[in-house]
Amino acid sequence: MKPTIQELEKTASQIRRDIVRMVHACQSGHPGGSLGCTDYFTALYFSVMNHNPKFNMDAVGEDIFFLSNGHISPVFYSTLAHAGYFDKAELATFRKLNTRLQGHPTTHEHLPGIRIASGSLGQGLSVAIGAALTKKLNGDKSLVFTLHGDGELQEGQIWEAAMFAPHNKVDNLISTIDVNGQQIDGPTNLVLSLGDLHAKWEAFGWDVLEMKGNDMADVVKTLELAKSRTGQGKPIMILMHTEMGYGVDFMVGSHKWHGVAPNDEQLQLALGQLEETLGDY
Amino acid sequence: MKKYTYTDKKDTRSGFGAGLLEAGRKNNQVVALCADLIGSLKMNDFIKEFPERFVQVGIAEANMMGIAAGMTIGGKIPFTGTFANFSTGRVYDQIRQSIAYSNKNVKICASHAGLTLGEDGATHQILEDIGLMKMLPGMTVINTCDYNQTKAATLAIAEYDGPVYLRFGRPVVPIFTDPDQKFEIGKAWMVNEGADVSIFATGHLVWQAILAGEILAEEGIDAEIINIHTIKPLDAEAVLKSVAKTGCVVTAEEHNRLGGLGDSIAQVLAVHNPTPQEYVAVNDSFGESGTPEQLMTKYGLDAEHIVLAAKKVMKRKQNAIISI
Repeated sequence: MKPTIQELEKTASQIRRDIVRMVHACQSGHPGGSLGCTDYFTALYFSVMNHNPKFNMDAVGEDIFFLSNGHISPVFYSTLAHAGYFDKAELATFRKLNTRLQGHPTTHEHLPGIRIASGSLGQGLSVAIGAALTKKLNGDKSLVFTLHGDGELQEGQIWEAAMFAPHNKVDNLISTIDVNGQQIDGPTNLVLSLGDLHAKWEAFGWDVLEMKGNDMADVVKTLELAKSRTGQGKPIMILMHTEMGYGVDFMVGSHKWHGVAPNDEQLQLALGQLEETLGDY
Repeated sequence: MKKYTYTDKKDTRSGFGAGLLEAGRKNNQVVALCADLIGSLKMNDFIKEFPERFVQVGIAEANMMGIAAGMTIGGKIPFTGTFANFSTGRVYDQIRQSIAYSNKNVKICASHAGLTLGEDGATHQILEDIGLMKMLPGMTVINTCDYNQTKAATLAIAEYDGPVYLRFGRPVVPIFTDPDQKFEIGKAWMVNEGADVSIFATGHLVWQAILAGEILAEEGIDAEIINIHTIKPLDAEAVLKSVAKTGCVVTAEEHNRLGGLGDSIAQVLAVHNPTPQEYVAVNDSFGESGTPEQLMTKYGLDAEHIVLAAKKVMKRKQNAIISI
């Protein structure tokens, strides 16, 4: 039985609390993009994907997710913990010495749920294409999902992969770009304009969808629509419009919260805006 | 000096092509990827027999490394193929993050390594790749010396679980190793036992070391020649055992003297048994256009230079003994 939109929103609220607390606890990390993508992660892991928290690297017969913009690891880790991949108490170790929850996700410490290291940007789409090709070779009908930042599209490797996937009909792949218009040095349109992303991805041969990334109903609906359009010869790209820092009013919409941790006072202010629904770690 | 002869000459890359085909026949999980250099990498036979297990990525090496890493998820054993320069320097971060740090079972197979690529010149003649690859934690680094050894190494790495860098070349060179050899990763090959000087050689310099050994023998010098085909993990035991006997070392490689086989051996010796050593390697420079033979001579990577280095290092050994 799939959870209702309301139930998913409750889960998302808890994940947002975790993100702010994790980043506060180690006084480092990336809250902005994590908060903006929380609805996507929640929808993916609690409604859309067919996946098994009893982690197996090869993921035969189950959907796979790759996080290419690895710096939003807080939302990934909290989502995996709540989905049952590991004990949520481990979230307290984020970015601390000897942790499996490294600053950027890695397979190196064998954290269940992670299948590739990411952090150096622009590599995840290629990796996902590889996993999708293997699924096809193995006759495995399950799907591969990826998430990318919009600033990440400034990396050249993304466009190598963008060209490859349609040419090779990698149609078991659903990629998403977090279009929040922000990157470390400022708005993307000031740092290096991304142009008309819809037209660009379409011109490369992708089936392009758009969704409101901070509207849970629209996220679930669009991801399900994307699933229904797999297997038709084209990879799918979802342009997900989000607000960086969504859910915490003083963080919303500004690149200033890309990679900055809240202080004690800001933490309390933020937690006051995010309902504890599933119990803090 | 043990006698080595050859009746045939071939390029080491053809040994890779033959090994890849055989590995593909032995294990249906073996897949191959290429960045628009099928003919140069001798992948045609594999592609003909297993078209569905081949991925043409186009001129996009970074994407190729990422796809190869992803293909391991679900059990494939990807072999990537392009020139050594485009297999390493161009895609270092992709290899570092998506393959080495992620511990993916990818075989990075690199042809046209070193000066013997020839006329294309320095843009294509990488002399830093061994160093780049051996610095990555968990990466196995192999540089083969002839057709048979390259074929055997290709089969061996298909059976080994973990990331590997396999380096071979373009020119046609003598085939002098056993066609039925079993390639043992990390195990040095004793080419010739001797007592006066240890010559550790890798890749195309192994045949040159044999020629040098013959010249030295004529002059009454008994050279021990050891082929270090696996630069990482290094067979330190074989190195130390040989040096304990000879007391001086020549290392020979088609690579920059910085970061290659010579440095790996020097490090072992510095810690365990400091020993006079001479390098036969490129002296921290780029290459240039020319025939392979012309370049190997100009840059001092031939039998004659190994002979000179052996005599020089033996003198240093004697001087060291006298000064004691």
